[in-house]
Amino acid sequence: MTSTAASRNLTTAPAVDGSGDRPSGPVLRIRGLTVQYRTRRGPVPAIQDVDLDIAAGETVALVGESGSGKTTTALAVTGLLATTAEITAGSIHWQGQDLLALGRRARRAVSGIGIGLVPQDPTVSLNPVKRIGDQVAEVLLIHKVARKAEAREIAVEALRSAGIDHPEVRARQFPHELSGGMRQRVLIAIALVGRPALLVADEPTSALDVTVQRQILDSISDLITEHHTGMLLVTHDLGVAADRADRVVVMTGGRIVEQGPTGQILSRPEHPYTRSLLEAAPSLRTSGIGSIRRRVGSSTTAPILHAEHLVKSFPAPGVGHHGIRAVDDVSFALHPGRTLGLVGESGSGKSTSARLALRLVEPTGGTVRFDGQDITGLSAGRLRVVRRRFQLVQQNPYASLNPRWSVAQLIGEPLRSYGESATVARERAVELLDLVGLPTDFEHRRPAELSGGQRQRIAIARALALRPDVVVLDEPVSALDVRVQAQILQLLVDLQDELGVAYLFISHDLAVIRQISDDVAVLRGGRVVETGSTEAVFTDPHHAYTRTLLEAIPGRGRV
Amino acid sequence: MTIEVPLLEAATNTQEPTDRRPNGPVTPTRSPRPSRRAGLGEWLGGVVRRPGLVLSVVWLVIVVLAALIPTLLTSVDPLRAVPRQKLLEPSWAHLFGTDQLGRDLFARVVHGAALSLGSALLAVLVGIVVGSLLGLVAGFVRGVFDEVLMRIVDVLLAIPALLLSLALVTALGFGTVKVAIAVGITSVAACARVMRSEVLRVRESAYIEAARAGGARWSRILFRHVLPNAAGPVLVLATLEFGTAILAVSALSFLGYGAVPPAPEWGSLVAQGRDFLSTAWWLTTMPGLTIAITVLAAGRLSRALGGQDGVRR
Repeated sequence: MTSTAASRNLTTAPAVDGSGDRPSGPVLRIRGLTVQYRTRRGPVPAIQDVDLDIAAGETVALVGESGSGKTTTALAVTGLLATTAEITAGSIHWQGQDLLALGRRARRAVSGIGIGLVPQDPTVSLNPVKRIGDQVAEVLLIHKVARKAEAREIAVEALRSAGIDHPEVRARQFPHELSGGMRQRVLIAIALVGRPALLVADEPTSALDVTVQRQILDSISDLITEHHTGMLLVTHDLGVAADRADRVVVMTGGRIVEQGPTGQILSRPEHPYTRSLLEAAPSLRTSGIGSIRRRVGSSTTAPILHAEHLVKSFPAPGVGHHGIRAVDDVSFALHPGRTLGLVGESGSGKSTSARLALRLVEPTGGTVRFDGQDITGLSAGRLRVVRRRFQLVQQNPYASLNPRWSVAQLIGEPLRSYGESATVARERAVELLDLVGLPTDFEHRRPAELSGGQRQRIAIARALALRPDVVVLDEPVSALDVRVQAQILQLLVDLQDELGVAYLFISHDLAVIRQISDDVAVLRGGRVVETGSTEAVFTDPHHAYTRTLLEAIPGRGRV
Repeated sequence: MTIEVPLLEAATNTQEPTDRRPNGPVTPTRSPRPSRRAGLGEWLGGVVRRPGLVLSVVWLVIVVLAALIPTLLTSVDPLRAVPRQKLLEPSWAHLFGTDQLGRDLFARVVHGAALSLGSALLAVLVGIVVGSLLGLVAGFVRGVFDEVLMRIVDVLLAIPALLLSLALVTALGFGTVKVAIAVGITSVAACARVMRSEVLRVRESAYIEAARAGGARWSRILFRHVLPNAAGPVLVLATLEFGTAILAVSALSFLGYGAVPPAPEWGSLVAQGRDFLSTAWWLTTMPGLTIAITVLAAGRLSRALGGQDGVRR
């Protein structure tokens, strides 16, 4: 019976170390896998006819955009498909064992110990009321591979090898006491504590800052090399795939369109889709979009937006009566028709700085000058007059559009706010739709009927409705797929050429900043650590932190 | 009339069942349909899967009809007494039987619908309008106003609703409108709470910030952005409150605070039948059942609307 086979396998699994006792042949062998989701409107295919092999010790990157079926493939391997999903054809063999033929119990044994999973979002993937040591040991206890005391020791060791300092102390802490990167390390420890033959990592670092991302990927690499573990690395980031994978598998529309050794895929992509992905990937591009464009503004003119010594502190218990300084003495100058990139990791104060400059948040100290006028102390009415001239595009196009309104209403909203008639607003909305490259018959649609990229174009159109001099873009492309990202960046550059608008561009992604900015300010812990022209900062960084950031960009070494 | 809005919505909702299909193997009959809109088969499927909801909607439509055009359902005058036909059991001639004065009970229940539903509707309107406004402002302005208002709401919520209405109606005086206001005030607290929590959620949305950055005045943000996006759960609460309001209005009328005899009203009908409980069971049972079914139907409808709202979010 299969279940006895599985349980035998299970008892030997932890004892197996290295590759010696492992059966030869691929750790994972997927053939003709087809999965569909049942919906009210009938079955919808998610992946079709997927073939995939992973040898012991091999890292295979599964690359694709959202909706390409890469996560569904990973879930099918781990046995975590939603109940509405159904495998209609194909097979998944794990170390020669047919996973789809296994009973539920036997499958569960394989899933916990034989296949480790590193989930995407470390902030929600740990049980908040259990100590992390217990959560690691739980794997061993559930599958009865160790007794309690022993499991605890193994758990501490697993935490240590996942790169957690003072694992004996940390094991007794709760998830909220750890940073995002630390939590991801805990999840890696959980995934690897049972010494699985296969590790499935589903976007393991997408939620993390670039410097942390690099450390995490390094420790995953070390661990799987040490134990000769096969890894299925699901990622949307070609840079990560280029750095870490032996082979790359490209998926789109539920099918694999191309697979092969990493070097070959990157240097000689055969499928047009792979080529378009490579062209769009900011970190792999040799030239920025900016290099092909005409310079509109110059840095010698007076700045249109000038922030001086901005300070914003939030009250917090136990840090004195000044509270936490989210923004601490930040100054920057944006010149007409140019783009200033504010770059930094989460918590660096870049978004708060931008909101201070827009006076959406009241500063604790410092001044903001717009076109020579101090707007820091303006009354609400006077501010509204100036506000016509600086607009905002937010990060998440799924949240920034009022879900009840039509596209024409959304784009015309700023005009209506400034007292224009509905007819004028509608006419301008249609005009703007054309400007941002959307069909004009979109005007009656609602946000829910649009894709992420289309929504972001709407948000940009809305920001341009009042013909502003400055648009603040707060991570305008980070919620978008890489190809859409490239299109939106191109649109922004084209619009700047056409309209001469100045951008304050906020991003955590240095590669994106490099493509679009004329000048850069690097923020860390609420302070500006380096400013200068994009060229100077990227080729000759002066501050150690800037250098660390630049080195951490995935895929830097490969072009 | 405002009440028809949820009803119409419910009628379309039957096409979009929120229930998950049972997880079975996909049969060929469920092959993907090319048309994007739900077909007749789909609609019928929705009806079959949720008969309770359909029955509730049908019942509520009948009740509303009774309130609007009572003569459509009965041609008998509810006030005409025929002493010879007093205390007759339910039959084809008198569906609900007759009362001690020989008045047709069915006609009285049908004609009472207007008064009962009207007061319940007024009660809900009072609750929802006052409550929503308070909640909207509290959630939007925050600060001291919010704090003070929410403590008052705490106090209101701590007093049993019926007790509060009794106290209020005693102070206000008798009559259906006053009963309605007394009942309505008891639901102000709940409406304010729900509205406030929704406003707190919506005001942090990115599109509110976008409107602010776009130069919208606060009044525009409040009424064009916050209110429409926060109103959903409050409207669901209103349908739920409607059932409770019918019950509360009937209870107060039963106690004699409401409609003045001989005007028929559901609660007072039950009260008048009390004296003949042992000999003429239908006098209390029929109006009582009507109240019960209407309350249940309103509850079922509000549950469906709440579910639909949850899906939409």
